Amino acid sequence: MLLSITNTASPAADLGYILHKNPANLFTADVSSGRAMVFYTEASEERCTACLLLEIDPVELVRGARRAEEYVNDRPYTASSYLAATMSRVFGTAMAGNCAQRPELPARALPLEIGVPVIRSRGGPEMAARLFEPLGYTVSVERHPLDAAFPEWGESSYYRLGLRARATVRDVLTHLSVLLPVLDDEKHYFVGAEEVEKLTRRGEGWLASHPMRHTIVSRYLKRQSTLVDQAFEQLLGSETSEVEQAEAVAEKAAHVERELERPMTLHTHRLHIVATRLRELGVKSVADLGCGEGKLLRRLLADRHFERILGIDVSHRALEIAAERLRLDRLPERQRARIEIAQGSLLYRDRRLAGFDAATLVEVIEHLDPARLAALERVVFEFARPRHVAVTTPNREYNALFANLPQGKFRHGDHRFDWTRAEVAEWTRGIEKRFGYRARVESIGPVDEAHGAPSQMAVFSLPEEAR
Amino acid sequence: MRILDLPELSLVALVGVSGSGKSTFARRHFRPPEVLSSDYFRGLVSNDENDQEATRDAFETLYYVMSKRLARGLLTVSDATNVRPEDRKKLIEQARQHHVLAAAIVLDTPERVCQERNRSRADRDFGPHVVRRQSADLRRGLANLEKEGFRYVHVVRDNEQVEIRRTKAWTDKKDQAGPFDIVGDVHGCADELRSLLTRLGWKRHEMEAPEEPWGAETWRHPEGRRAIFLGDLADRGPAVLDAIRVARNMISEGNAFCVRGNHDDKFARWLRGKQVQVKHGLECSIAEVEPLTPSERGKLAAFLDGLISHYVFDGGRLVTAHAGLREPLHGRASAGVREFCMYGETSGETDEFGLPVRHDWAAEYRGKAMVVYGHTPVPEPEWVNNTANIDTGAVFGGKLTALRYPEREFVSVPAGREYATPLRPIGWPAGKNRTSQQELDDVLDLQDVTGRRMIETRLLRAVTIREENSIAALEAMSRFAADPHWLIYLPPTMSPPETSAHANYLERPEEAFAYFAKNGVDRVVCQEKHMGSRAVAIVCRHADAARLRFGAEDGRLGICYTRTGRPFFHDAEDEAALIARVRDAASRAGFWSEFDSDWFCFDCELLPWSAKARELLVTQYAAVGAAGEASLQASLAALESNPLTAEMAAVYRSRLDSVRRYREAYRLYCWPVRAIEDYRLAPFHLMASEGAVHADKTNRWHMETLHRLAAADPGFLIATRFLEVDTGDPQSAAGACQWWEELTAKGGEGMVVKPLDFVSMGAKGLIQPAIKCRGREYLRIVYGPEYTAPDQLPKLRARSTAAKRSLAVREFALGLEALHRFAAREPLRRVHECVFAVLALESEPVDPRL
Repeated sequence: MLLSITNTASPAADLGYILHKNPANLFTADVSSGRAMVFYTEASEERCTACLLLEIDPVELVRGARRAEEYVNDRPYTASSYLAATMSRVFGTAMAGNCAQRPELPARALPLEIGVPVIRSRGGPEMAARLFEPLGYTVSVERHPLDAAFPEWGESSYYRLGLRARATVRDVLTHLSVLLPVLDDEKHYFVGAEEVEKLTRRGEGWLASHPMRHTIVSRYLKRQSTLVDQAFEQLLGSETSEVEQAEAVAEKAAHVERELERPMTLHTHRLHIVATRLRELGVKSVADLGCGEGKLLRRLLADRHFERILGIDVSHRALEIAAERLRLDRLPERQRARIEIAQGSLLYRDRRLAGFDAATLVEVIEHLDPARLAALERVVFEFARPRHVAVTTPNREYNALFANLPQGKFRHGDHRFDWTRAEVAEWTRGIEKRFGYRARVESIGPVDEAHGAPSQMAVFSLPEEAR
Repeated sequence: MRILDLPELSLVALVGVSGSGKSTFARRHFRPPEVLSSDYFRGLVSNDENDQEATRDAFETLYYVMSKRLARGLLTVSDATNVRPEDRKKLIEQARQHHVLAAAIVLDTPERVCQERNRSRADRDFGPHVVRRQSADLRRGLANLEKEGFRYVHVVRDNEQVEIRRTKAWTDKKDQAGPFDIVGDVHGCADELRSLLTRLGWKRHEMEAPEEPWGAETWRHPEGRRAIFLGDLADRGPAVLDAIRVARNMISEGNAFCVRGNHDDKFARWLRGKQVQVKHGLECSIAEVEPLTPSERGKLAAFLDGLISHYVFDGGRLVTAHAGLREPLHGRASAGVREFCMYGETSGETDEFGLPVRHDWAAEYRGKAMVVYGHTPVPEPEWVNNTANIDTGAVFGGKLTALRYPEREFVSVPAGREYATPLRPIGWPAGKNRTSQQELDDVLDLQDVTGRRMIETRLLRAVTIREENSIAALEAMSRFAADPHWLIYLPPTMSPPETSAHANYLERPEEAFAYFAKNGVDRVVCQEKHMGSRAVAIVCRHADAARLRFGAEDGRLGICYTRTGRPFFHDAEDEAALIARVRDAASRAGFWSEFDSDWFCFDCELLPWSAKARELLVTQYAAVGAAGEASLQASLAALESNPLTAEMAAVYRSRLDSVRRYREAYRLYCWPVRAIEDYRLAPFHLMASEGAVHADKTNRWHMETLHRLAAADPGFLIATRFLEVDTGDPQSAAGACQWWEELTAKGGEGMVVKPLDFVSMGAKGLIQPAIKCRGREYLRIVYGPEYTAPDQLPKLRARSTAAKRSLAVREFALGLEALHRFAAREPLRRVHECVFAVLALESEPVDPRL
């Protein structure tokens, strides 16, 4: 991967002094990811272009990869955190603003042009402009075609990035070392507390007031919220006025609410309704089928009314997370005796599911291929046969009210179907008829006059005589 | 020397006071693991064999071990005093629970001798009153042992010389391997029995010395076959005595066996003068015996009383009982077993006809033995989990059915007329359009797939599936796989050859030939390898075949799924179009009649690769190509403009060339698909058709057969090019290598080398069913665009194919096993077990580039 810096102020070759690299020589260095090279493609009175070329060893890059496609990798070709790390290694002196021979040079703002032949931009071409323009750069972005032979495959997410600015080399290199990995958004190394320190150091004087600072900080720190908080404290705490601080805090709070609470409310509400109904039915033992990461389990465990709780999920990983969230290995003995989680599949008859007062299927059935729903029905209603079964599933009609959901798309990538209210009613009648349950359907969430509620729940109960 | 008989499977209680010599007796007559001594268990839980405080824990542990041993069918001896009835009651309960006979051996040693022995032992520091009390307890209970439930009681005096003889259970006929003709409920239909025997090839004979009341009629089979009657000879029908006579005479000549039916049992009780209700056809039997003398009636009762509950034949592979038998009860003896054998398992409720509601034990049967039974009339005999009910209601005007063993063939004769009216009409529930097995197979049971498993296959004795792999497979199978009814086969993974001796190549055919030559395969078939997606296509002739053979009620005519069992097409219409196209080709090629089959299972490659892998192509393969070409082009331009970097420029020219070749390679496997016409299907194995798994054919046969199919639709089906090579002939091998080079020069994937015989065994067992030799250009898609660079290739050459090959062989064995089980119409769980195991093995970590 390549990065070029061009100085167009005469005498242009001063760039060599600033970068601490003689235009007449070829500089090479072994870096942790491979080999770096600095050379000049021109060094005239008017123009001087230094190139940093980084070669990554592709074999080392993917050693031990598990998935085949990782061996075909774009990392050797695109500007990324590899390049940023190499810049500070190769241009360390320039980035520190030192120049022993011409100490006045580094502080001089020069008309500079930056060329990055290939960078991947997460967030599309406009992301580059949003990141660099506030810092005074003129930005040009040109998209590379994905494959001219297959226009139907659409566009690539790789661009040629060109930047122009009158600035010091030191600032430009510092900006690039932060913003190139941010644009690419895939850091190759572990990000810890020292990255916060690095970011605040490099961001000194510009990051705190950058309109995209949230994106920058969040991406730079790989979205680790505690680190992001730390960085903001350091960034804003020392350098902004109280007003700005308050603004930032408010902005952050709003952001957090948007990101977290909005999607939470409906689900939290749904779990609340399910737990409430179970309690009303006098249910003492519950099997939560498709318990996922254990949100409903946690709610049930907190209520001593529920004496026996079983969580079943097909995903081993989800159960590991559930065990951690429920702190299973640290629960007091009596609490621990009330709950069990286990891997299971609702498409196979499972003797462990028998003997419960109730079973819950919260947002589960829509993850099954419709052709295999019949197996689940028999496993639950015929073999496990609890007295009550609570089933929730999204209401497709309501999808029309989600602004950012394309028409005909499901709410979740793994949904195999979303049902309308009528479809749920029909399915419910089928279960009643085949398995002898009686059902009651209710809405979950705010009810829209035309489209109903976002979610719906059917509670099936076995009549006394069929138990 | 006195001989003490003990049933080979029994719970033996040694009864005797401290010092009576129980442990010595046990050591002399039983093997150490058979003897569970209370002292020993006391020591086990407390470090002190005499610690009375530990008695409770000791016995709990002892009973736990005893219960495991009895469940496994092992004779077990209780070495404790067992002098009090309450001690023995626990043993009787254990015996009953595990359906084994209880035996007691009483050591009747004079009290004086016992006291003396105890005094001489330092660890027995209890006073003489203990033995005195034990002795008194023992005397009190001695007379009641049989009443308590001990079927064998032996009293042994001190120093008496005895020898224990273990006797076989009455039910044990494991040394009788057949062949057998197993006959369903006769119920006095003697004429139907005669015609059935005749149809089965039996000949009627007159006995030389007939005895009354048995008459002279007997039947013998010229090929030495034996008959097994499933009981209920008596009641309801027109010729009860004749039916009993024929069975009795055949048994007396050693040509038949008969188990006891509930009607035989009741009739016998009536004959003995017991109070029984005369109904359900007993009146017919009674009418027939009216003219018999009391002595003749006695003989009849004795014969019926002699019928036992069930038999275990042929090394445990065949079990017959009137109403069937759950596996844990096979070969066991108890009142519970007797009841089960005569009546089956009832829930205690009665249905609208007043008949007991039966628990369907066969639905849950998982045993290895075939169980053949009757008792409940059904319209047709059916296999359910390797059990068959062959009572087809002859006396109710149905038919009399026999099962030929080991042929597994049903033979029936129609009833002359309806002799009795059934309380409950005989018929399947309305709407039944599949076999009972298929209905049961709609829901598989988790216990048949999860956990650590050992699967026996025809090709490999036992394939082990580790628990963590089952966990991964359960998720994959549940979330992504097609309906298990259709998943009758998953293809094995395929290994490349060892790294090529040529420094410039990772893979070449020479090493594949060398592998086969080394394993004694002198002839191989080289097939062009198509780069698409591995696909299994199951194609039915019509909807009935899909329903009747696969039990699928989804209306599909077949299915096309990936190597991990995922449906290939999201769109049902696309899939239907593909299946229809292959079906039509099969029709034109005359395959249905040629193979006498209504379905085929093909192993194929479905092209283009881009159809299935489009997402991956766009986000990964094409993306890397785009980034690579742009990046290297820019770098090259920069390097070329400085004389100092001229040497580097040359390297970058070659790098750019590599990336361009990489792009050319993947482009070969991509073309747009709008409709099914844009796909190409390359079938390379005809895996199975009705009753046949074509693993017994050569790979040449597979190629030639499928060429004929492809010729029926050349625009859609690809006839895979192939070449045969003599691995010992350098010229022949060189020719194939040249062909490979031509195939791969432009990015072609390469070829697959297979032994001529589909299944080939080498000196060390099963050898690889196929080795793939991938082209140098193609491998850029696998190892990275620039893997051929001089600084990279040497690093990649060190690779081990051992894990991949071990996996390939195991998956191959499992895949074929699944098909064999399907072909043999085994229950779906038996097929699914193998398919699930292939998926589980696929989660084992292996270098994904191999």
